[in-house]
Amino acid sequence: MKTVITSKRNDHNAPFDPRFGRAAWFCMIDDESGKPGFIENDQAEATGGAGVKAAEKMVELGVQKVISGDFGPKAKELLEKFNIQMVIITDDHQSIKEIISRLTN
Amino acid sequence: MPRKKRLRKVVAPPGFKGYKPYGSSQYKKQYVELLYEEYEAIKLADYDLLNHLEASKLMGVSRPTFARIYESARRKLANAFVETKEIRSVFGNARLDGTWYVCDECNARFTIPIHIRDQACPICRSLKTKIIKN
Repeated sequence: MKTVITSKRNDHNAPFDPRFGRAAWFCMIDDESGKPGFIENDQAEATGGAGVKAAEKMVELGVQKVISGDFGPKAKELLEKFNIQMVIITDDHQSIKEIISRLTN
Repeated sequence: MPRKKRLRKVVAPPGFKGYKPYGSSQYKKQYVELLYEEYEAIKLADYDLLNHLEASKLMGVSRPTFARIYESARRKLANAFVETKEIRSVFGNARLDGTWYVCDECNARFTIPIHIRDQACPICRSLKTKIIKN
């Protein structure tokens, strides 16, 4: 199963990004290979439709779970339609590494 | 203790709060409670004309479970008609589109897509989760 966590930078110590559509990076964890990878979000600076584009990207990548701080109404609708699980965590002072360790324990 | 009921997916809740018989001298203010999932079962099977297998998949339950919900729905309607009772729609064990859950342990909020079988928190695997009513 593929999981995506929104991240502010492309390394493991990077802080978690509470935004979904305008997150700087997406950290993708593949349960099968176990290797996390980082994907740059080219919509981070977009003026509109970033949430929808990001949600479309999740569908393209075959992600099944997205962890972020919040989702906009359009992104929510799209992710719901494609049966992608949305998880909202509020504590934004965590690093990507900490969230991954919480997931695997 | 019986196993927890798996929540039945309901696409749209019924557009009414209930139905009342009129022009009857026998109406004794009794009512039957039609659950959201029973309404959905009637709708899928008799309005959208799906077979039970297709309908059960849409609701995220097994075919036999769907058949039980459907049977219960029909019996309630028949009971209401024959005994001139009021029909009220109540929430039941439904899960609507856009239902969010919250975990009591770590406060994470999450949705549960149809292919996920359990209701555990995706972050800490705690089972202490509940529906956020909106």
